[in-house]
Parts: sequence; C-alpha cells; structure tokens
Amino acid sequence: MSLQAQILQFLLAGITVGSIYALIALGFVTIYNVTGIINFAQGEFAVYGAFVAITVFQEMRLLSGSVQIDLGWPLPLAALAGVVVTTLIGMLLYRLGIQTARHASVLSMIIITIGAAFALRGVALLVWGTDPFRLPVFSQGTPFKIFGAILTRQSVWVIAVTAVLLLILYVIFNRTLLGQALRACADNPGAARLMGINPQRMGLVAFAISTAVTAIAGIVIVPATFMTYDRGLTLSLKGFVAAIMGGMSSPVGAVVGGLLLGVLEAFGAGLLSSGYRDAISFVVLFIVLAVQLGGLFRGRPAAAEQAGL
Amino acid sequence: MLFRRYPNLIALTVIGLLLASVPLVIESNYILTIMVLIGQFTMLTVGLSLLMGYAGQISLGQATFFGIGAYTMGILATRFSLSPWLSLLAGVLLSAAVAYPVGMLIFRLRGHYLAMATLGMNVILFLILTQEVEWTGGPSGFRGVPDLTLGSLTLTTDRQYYYVMWFFALVVIALSLNIVNSRVGRAMRALHSSEVAAETIGVDTNQFKLKVFTLSAAYSGLAGGLHAAYLGFMSPSSFSINVSIELVVMAVVGGLASVWGALFGAGAVLVIEEWLRDAVKVVIPSASGEYEIIAFGFLLMLIMIFMPEGLVTGVVNALRERTLKR
Repeated sequence: MSLQAQILQFLLAGITVGSIYALIALGFVTIYNVTGIINFAQGEFAVYGAFVAITVFQEMRLLSGSVQIDLGWPLPLAALAGVVVTTLIGMLLYRLGIQTARHASVLSMIIITIGAAFALRGVALLVWGTDPFRLPVFSQGTPFKIFGAILTRQSVWVIAVTAVLLLILYVIFNRTLLGQALRACADNPGAARLMGINPQRMGLVAFAISTAVTAIAGIVIVPATFMTYDRGLTLSLKGFVAAIMGGMSSPVGAVVGGLLLGVLEAFGAGLLSSGYRDAISFVVLFIVLAVQLGGLFRGRPAAAEQAGL
Repeated sequence: MLFRRYPNLIALTVIGLLLASVPLVIESNYILTIMVLIGQFTMLTVGLSLLMGYAGQISLGQATFFGIGAYTMGILATRFSLSPWLSLLAGVLLSAAVAYPVGMLIFRLRGHYLAMATLGMNVILFLILTQEVEWTGGPSGFRGVPDLTLGSLTLTTDRQYYYVMWFFALVVIALSLNIVNSRVGRAMRALHSSEVAAETIGVDTNQFKLKVFTLSAAYSGLAGGLHAAYLGFMSPSSFSINVSIELVVMAVVGGLASVWGALFGAGAVLVIEEWLRDAVKVVIPSASGEYEIIAFGFLLMLIMIFMPEGLVTGVVNALRERTLKR
C-alpha cells in the first residue's frame, strides 16, 4: 500500500471510530445542555443498546447459561428493541436517580452517575457474562476502494447514521416547539418555568434522546467490533473528551470533536504505538484543558464557569 | 475531662491498643489478611476523604498513586538493589511529585473536568503498567519484591506485616487528625462550605486543594509500597479504575471529611465485598467475576441521594440533630 493510501486508510478508520465517539459526545451534550449534568454512565447505554439487540436477534444464553432464548427477530426490529429498551433504562435512571437528588451538588451528582455506571455494568456482567458478542454486518458485499484505501460497508453505515442523527437532532432542537423548550431550559430554567415549561419533564426528554442516540451508537458499531460488558467506561471517556473538544455545549462541536479524536487516535495508534491508543484521548484532553486555561479560547472557560463547571 | 481535651489522642491510643491485640486473639490467617488489607485501604481512603470532604474535590484516580508507589518500590528494590525502605520512601515521594504538577493543572478546573482528568490519569498509568513489559512485567504482573527488614529481622509473615501496615495506617490517621484540627484544617472547612467566601477572607483555595491532593497521593504511594512489600507481587489490575472507584465507595460509606470514617468505610466495604463474593457463589454456583460492583453502584447512588455527606457522617449528624431537638 502506498503512503498516500495508508494515510487515507488511517483517515477513514479514524472517521468511522470517530463517528461513534461523536454520537456518544452528542449524548453527553444533550443531557449537559438541558440539565447541567455530566452523565458518567453514558457509555453503558451503548453497551446495553448492542447487547439487547443481539439478545433478541440470535440464540443467547443468559445469566451464566441458566436461561436460553432464541427469538430470532429480524435485524431492524432487533435494533429498534435495543434502542427502546435502553431508552427506558435511561429514563428510569433520570426518574429514580437524578430527579430524586435534583438539589445535590456537582460532587454528589458525579458520584450518583458513577454509581449508576457501576450498577449497570455489574448487571450486564450478571446477565450477559464476560463473552464478547457481535452482530452481522448490516449489508453484505465487497468493501469500497477509494484511492487504494478500503472502506467497509459497515463504516459507511456508521458514518451515514451519524450524519442522519445529527440532522434529526438539529431539526428537533431548532425547528420544533419541544426543541425550543429544551433550549429554554438550558438557557434559563427559572424563566423557562415561568413560561410554563416543566424543567423536570425536559430533563426526562433530554435523557431519553441522549440514551437513544448512544444506544444507536452501540448498535451500529457492534458489527464492526466485538462488544463486551466492560466497554462502557472507555466509551464514556472518549465521548466526554470529544464533547470537551467541541466546547461541551454545541452538538456540531461534539461531532467535530468526535471525528477529530477518532482521526487522532487512528494516526497515533498507526504511526506511534497501538498499545497506547486509549491514552491518546487523555493526552488530547490534558492539552485541550491546558490550552483553555492558558486563555487561547478565553470566552469559553468563562461560559463554563458560569455553567458551574 | 481528659477525653474532652484530647478526644483524638485517646481514641487513637484505644484503637491502637485494640488493633495491636487482634493478632494475639485471632488465629485465622484469612481474617488477618483481611485486616492487613483494611489497614492498607484505610491509608488510601483517608486521603480521598480529606480531598472530597474538605476540598470538595473528587479524584477518580487515586489508584494511580497507589500504583506509582507500588511499582516504584518494586522496581527500585529489585532492578537497582536499593534498600526496601528507601524504595518505599522513593515511591511516596514520586507519588507526591506526580500529583503536584497534575494538581496544578487540574485544580483550576472544577467538578466534572477534574473527575474526568483524574480518571484519564488512571487510564494512562494502567496502560503504562500493561505495555512497558520490560519494566513492569506487563499484565501478568511483577514478581520478587523483597521483604522489608527491621534491623536483622526480615519481615515475612502476615502477622508481622499486620503490625507494619497498621503502624503506618495509624501514623496516617494521626497526621490527618492533626491537619484537620490545625489552621489548614479550618481553611479547608471554609473551602468546603463556600469557596468564594474562603477566598474573600484570604484563603488561597487552589493552594490548599493542591496540598490536600498531594498529601492524599503521598498516602496512596505509601500504601502502594507496603502493598508491594507485603505481597511480594503485584499486577496492574490492583491499580485499575475499578480500584479508584472502590476507594470512592469507601470514602462515601465512611462519610466525607471524616478521618475515622475512612477507617470504618474501608473496613465495612472490604467485609461486605468478601461476604458478597461468597453469597453470589451460593446463588449462582457457576458465577465468577466482580458482581459486587452491582451492590456498590446502588450503594453509591442511595447514599448520595439520601445522605450527600456520606453514610457515617450522615447518620451522626441525624442523631446529633435529634438529641439537640430534645
């Protein structure tokens, strides 16, 4: 493979993985904008989305083999089931965990969502065990060749789904009454309440949208890579770094941040060391934070301070 | 009268004597091993409890310093044939030396950023431990850490390490109690109740947070070095993010801003963990894995929702309020 083709290959691989980070970052930003909470359990939803879809799609042994099911649902229906079940879990988390503690400090809120992440991961371990799982690719066929680099059909799916979801979110937030209400809560919950908007309900909606997006991320990536019960934390961390790179409150920024992070990782792992792939995002995080503190993006930290970060 | 004037000194003496007599009464090596672990986790939790309770900051990466302490001790004592005690000291110093600049960067952030940055730190250390096989032994672990010596006596048994571990744990507790009751401690309490107010009366808040963070790292480094010497072996999994979060559970159970609570939290969580492991095996015989994280996850959520100041502190405060009302 020529050097150009190799560079293009890294770029394509980076964009594919970056799309997943982008979707998870979108999930973070949606919740953060409406409720001011960083949900440390975000990545677990990607795991649940994938696992639920796999469970209804193929023959599965659950609870250490004590339950055996073979539903054999068609793939689209299985994906839908994954999204719906995960969204319900996310809404449940909001109702039981977040809403009951809505006056809690930032510190308590962080610990609550970490607790949720731990509980979800533990339950996933109990139900699905430690085996890795995957789905079949969404569409069969030979991969595309672009200037000597290879783009798999699943990568196209991943990138397309990301683009479509971004578009849908844009429409929801900017072109609907619900979106206006959501943005009002982000801007000024007090004033929003005076206008007859219920911030609690909007928080629930934000959690629902966010978990659905993250569950979809888990489902589209699982034909390309194996999913295990403990992937959630890494996915959360990557999504969070991507969201920070994008300025934490902008959906477009989150997507750009995700893609950039994916590409940086692909090049870093390809050219430097694949063993340190997961460290790259944190080096990026430290650099972004240092730069922000240094004042290159002076406007941003002030806004972040106001938001109570 | 005496108790009123020196409550901590007396508590320290009583608990010290009680702990010293444990090995005389208990024969079981299993219980003794758990007691050694409680001592080790107490050191780790005290620092975190101070950080969370007094500085109002959370570290999700305390296991990083635990790991730095352990591997520094191991590598120096084997590859460089440095004396075990000096290696232990080097581990403590290096942990603090890493914490200081990291803290300088991240304490200018708040809340979420700090939590993620410390998590990231932990991920990077874990990768180094698993990747740099030549130095760390990689995922399969590091073997052959030499035992500590006292004069001509080489410490080998659980019983001997029990005394070493708890000696240092009590030193850490005494030191922390002193700090809490000093000018620094008052500044830290001011910091916790209102950062802005603390700043206006001249407390350099960042400097204090940084000091507490560095101190907690030194405690963790100490625990790490002792861990390495006690087991003679260590593997990266002892220093993973899961351990960092387990430490948060211990601090939260013990109650934030409570030095004695940290001791209780470490003990309670370790005992619950052992008990859960057995219980899960009874229910699902084929089960293996860290199912206890389900319980810890829910425990964290419940305590933080209903008693944000932590379990022990929360219960104590509730009782105090009740007696005051009467």
